[in-house]
Amino acid sequence: MTDRFNIYRYAAPSAFYPLAGAMVPWFAAAAVLFGLAGLWLGMLVAPTDFQQGEGYRIIFIHVPASWMSMFIYLVMAFWAAIGLAFNTRLSGMMAQALAPTGALMAFLSLWTGALWGKPMWGTWWVWDARLTSELILLFLYIGYMALVAAIDDPRRADKAGGLLLLVGVVNIPIIYFSVKWWNTLHQGASVSLTKSPSMAATMLWGMLLMALCFWMYSIAVALIRVRTIMLERERNTDWVRETLEGDGK
Amino acid sequence: MKTRHKKLALIGGALAVLGIVAALVLNALNSNIALFISPTDVVAGKAPQGKAFRIGGLVKEGSIKRQADGVTVSFIVTDTDTDLTVNYKGILPDLFKEGKGVVAQGRMADGGIFVASEVLAKHDENYMPPEAAKAVGDAHARAAEKKAAAQAAGGQAAPAANPSAAPPKY
Repeated sequence: MTDRFNIYRYAAPSAFYPLAGAMVPWFAAAAVLFGLAGLWLGMLVAPTDFQQGEGYRIIFIHVPASWMSMFIYLVMAFWAAIGLAFNTRLSGMMAQALAPTGALMAFLSLWTGALWGKPMWGTWWVWDARLTSELILLFLYIGYMALVAAIDDPRRADKAGGLLLLVGVVNIPIIYFSVKWWNTLHQGASVSLTKSPSMAATMLWGMLLMALCFWMYSIAVALIRVRTIMLERERNTDWVRETLEGDGK
Repeated sequence: MKTRHKKLALIGGALAVLGIVAALVLNALNSNIALFISPTDVVAGKAPQGKAFRIGGLVKEGSIKRQADGVTVSFIVTDTDTDLTVNYKGILPDLFKEGKGVVAQGRMADGGIFVASEVLAKHDENYMPPEAAKAVGDAHARAAEKKAAAQAAGGQAAPAANPSAAPPKY
């Protein structure tokens, strides 16, 4: 580690632990604020949809959860690559801390999608490319967690898990572009970087606020989880002893 | 080159190879990943013979008819090029409408009719309030009227484009 870039200081768990602790309440508060604003806009202000009526409102959970499930995987793969290349301690812990939230998001995406698909499409589930690749994403999350938990040595667990994460990353563009590349029952993207959104403005804002809420929530819980993992893994070090002997903060 | 840079390059290279492999495999599987095939492909004989498969397209305007037995619904699925008549006995989803997307599972019967065992509605990615949808529909209708008037005046029979509001992708 060089002294030139101060940010590297926080690659050490002893320095990152208090920083993470200080950030958690801010992200948690932001999650609550964005969530309340997004739900208010989405459930009360946004107009009824012309073809799906009120049922479309599940989009305010479904789309943010789906986005999050893909993005968290990319972040985990990023940490896995950093960990494998630079052999940093914290990166494996970050990947592990994000995994349960990613799995939750993938599950929410599939579950709300099923609840939405039944009344609109006429089926809970269909083996189209979008739904199937998202299911594979859920399995990747579960597989990563199982693999890491099965290996006793945490450094080796990080390496094995990191490899799985990197191999699985090909699935992310497949999920995202599946509706473009193949015939699917799932419709195309309403919001993307390449075209103007095909949604009414209030609907769009409700969805974006909910997406921000999901971001903030994910960051907050991942930080809480990574703090626990740091304490557990570094339990034999001086900084943990000092931290725990102090006020426990 | 430092070890960690070598490792990073190795990871990057491995990911690139993995991506290419995945792309090739998916490309080879292309027709198996597609959920449905279009009426044009069915007529061209690309449908699996003697097996159930799914067709997809738009429900042709004015084609939904209930048959004499009262339970069989017949409609035409079109990709705007080729039409295929579908017979179906069962409950249709709420979003099943003329001019909207549909995916039907079943098999070909005699006489070029597709007998469906399941019909799913495929909606598009547009979300808007009903008033906005009506405004869009009205604007399209006006544009179509203008075009028809222009055609009648010019006498030049251009192929009529589908005037319905933003045809959904399928």
